[in-house]
Amino acid sequence: MPAFYVSGDSVARAVGAEEVVVALITHARGRVVPLEIKRTSSRGLYWLEPLLEVDTPQGRFGFGPLTDADVPSVLEALKGDPSSHPLALGLVEELPYLKTQQRLLFARAGITQPLHIDDYRDHGGFEGLKRAIAIGGEQTATEVFDSGLRGRGGAAFPAGIKWRTVRATEAAQKYIVCNADEGDSGTFADRMLMEGDPFLLIEGMAIAGITVGATYGYIYVRSEYPDAVAILRNALEIARSNGYLGANVGGSGLAFDMDVRVGAGAYICGEETALLDSLEGKRGVVRAKPPIPALKGLFGQPTLVHNVLTLASVPLILAKGAQFYRDYGMGRSLGTMPFQLAGNIRHGGLVERAFGLTLRELVEDYGGGTASGRPLKAAQVGGPLGAWVPPSQFDTPLDYEAFAGIGAMLGHGGVVVADDTLDMAQMARFALQFCAEESCGKCTPCRIGSTRGVEVIDRMLAAPDQGGRDEQAIILKDLCDTMQYGSLCALGGMAPFPVVSALKYFPADFGLQASEAEQ
Amino acid sequence: MPDESLHLSVVNSLLERHKGSAGALLPILHDIQERIGYIPDTAVPEIAHALNQSQAEVRGVISFYHDFRTAPPARHILRLCRAESCKSRGAEELAAQLRERLQLDDHGSSADGSISLRPVYCLGACACSPALELDGQVHARLSAERLDALLDACREDA
Ligand SMILES: Cc1cc2nc3c(=O)[nH]c(=O)nc-3n(C[C@H](O)[C@H](O)[C@H](O)COP(=O)(O)O)c2cc1C
Ligand code: SF4
Ligand code: FES
Repeated sequence: MPAFYVSGDSVARAVGAEEVVVALITHARGRVVPLEIKRTSSRGLYWLEPLLEVDTPQGRFGFGPLTDADVPSVLEALKGDPSSHPLALGLVEELPYLKTQQRLLFARAGITQPLHIDDYRDHGGFEGLKRAIAIGGEQTATEVFDSGLRGRGGAAFPAGIKWRTVRATEAAQKYIVCNADEGDSGTFADRMLMEGDPFLLIEGMAIAGITVGATYGYIYVRSEYPDAVAILRNALEIARSNGYLGANVGGSGLAFDMDVRVGAGAYICGEETALLDSLEGKRGVVRAKPPIPALKGLFGQPTLVHNVLTLASVPLILAKGAQFYRDYGMGRSLGTMPFQLAGNIRHGGLVERAFGLTLRELVEDYGGGTASGRPLKAAQVGGPLGAWVPPSQFDTPLDYEAFAGIGAMLGHGGVVVADDTLDMAQMARFALQFCAEESCGKCTPCRIGSTRGVEVIDRMLAAPDQGGRDEQAIILKDLCDTMQYGSLCALGGMAPFPVVSALKYFPADFGLQASEAEQ
Repeated sequence: MPDESLHLSVVNSLLERHKGSAGALLPILHDIQERIGYIPDTAVPEIAHALNQSQAEVRGVISFYHDFRTAPPARHILRLCRAESCKSRGAEELAAQLRERLQLDDHGSSADGSISLRPVYCLGACACSPALELDGQVHARLSAERLDALLDACREDA
């Protein structure tokens, strides 16, 4: 009997993967040859989950999305022509959604078993670390710099500059901190990577540690991701017992070890300085910069803070070289980005492509339009602080600078699609309400302004006439200005983006006429 | 309210376990909440003493983070995702259904003590919105019927 593959990813299980496995085991009972079921990571083709794959001489053949009730007929179909099953997908790697992707970071997604270190090694694992050890710290930092890699957490700052800064700073103790707070709604790439390929993140952090001279690291994972926490903790032990962590990392003679810490439901702890305070056991309040964390970070020591995807990009850059990585992308946005398609979308999932494809290609070609089949209204790109982009701007290439050019941002690569039934006035109100709930409280425009903003929108929506609404619209725009320019960090500073874009492109939702809203 | 002093031995053994670990307040609070179900007030002086901090500092941290509870929760904890992706797939209708069925605000515990309700902003299940978390387990691609079935199951095990 060929091997069966079902993802153990938490979201695959949230839509019934476990039930499919139980059904497989039940129906296979009494067979002479027992079934072999491997629990892999997810391919990220979430609209097809639960996805069952079976080995064939041509490659893995898929069925999905399945329920437990489909299992008997799938097993039956496998005795003859599998393509005859109504949920047959053909060879999974030939599916256009997957075949046209450029999976560098997610090369192993759906293929390997997350906690099998041999699986990881067989698929290129630890090659980056090996090369980093061979070429030494100076050259490793140069590779990262030359690759053009920019931070994937949202701010897109060049990673190599931070590496060089931390490396050059003398201190008795330095730290690597992985920002796995992934608070942005519409994003799940960090979660997929931690649950599905934990050794990749560990390898990236180990390379960072030995390169910049940090001997200890933390992964700060949001509490909403308990599976990721459990898998990482397991993976750390396995990596340690295999000599990839500890006193002599991968035979380098250099020490690096790390631990996993769990957040506690505060969005602001994704901001790096609030995160550092949280790691120190304090309230997650944003610190004024300077000093930057690279000079004075965790416990006052030089600290390299990076998003999960930034650190996980490093092994490949080392293994294949900076030039290989630079060959992907456009302008100053180099490499690939795992975009995340969410919301009202037919084919929700992970799409890793080089920067530069357009939002339209992503939403229409990959996403297949709205799940409801209704007209597309807008997409919010880059999380809760990102602007709502109307379809008229969907031809913008996914590139940091191009998005900044239309007053939007790529952020962490999340795309939330909305159909024409979503009320943008309510979404604008929500953006401000969320800001009020999650504000760290340090500065007034954010703490008070967001609450006032909710009240202004409520008054606008309740106003009996156009004049009353226009008046509130002016106040709202003023308030957004104050927040944007008077806040210490991007929570208060960017919460106006979804509000202002909603007002600009969907004035009717606020009961405004286009001309007033344009002012 | 149960006699909270009964929890002290648990609290102290957890404090012992984290001794010497830098910045351990969050892990300590998580461990206490996992073992006891919430952070009892009697734990605060013990934690403060062990970490050489003021009680006000410890209370300040507990109140800052949405996850920490200072009273026992209901038998089941249901967190409906109310963030953008889930909203675009009908999360607000599900929220209304919950309010109606449980006669509850978005934050609160049902009168029979079976369910505590809380909003959550993203569970990372956005490709399969709408989603909720029930007792640590994520359920996605929710419908009104599935939500009803989950609620029925919570009520039945009383
Ligand atoms: C309000 C706010 C929330 C943030 N949330 C996250 C987050 O969840 N994950 C993340 O990696 N970066 C987040 N960031 C960005 C971090 O502050 C920081 O730029 C990032 O961790 C640096 O890593 P990078 O260089 O790899 O991007 C957030 C920033 C702000 C202002
Ligand atoms: S903008 Fe808001 S979250 Fe950021 S520092 Fe100011 S109060 Fe804190
Ligand atoms: S927005 Fe609901 S799971 Fe992400």
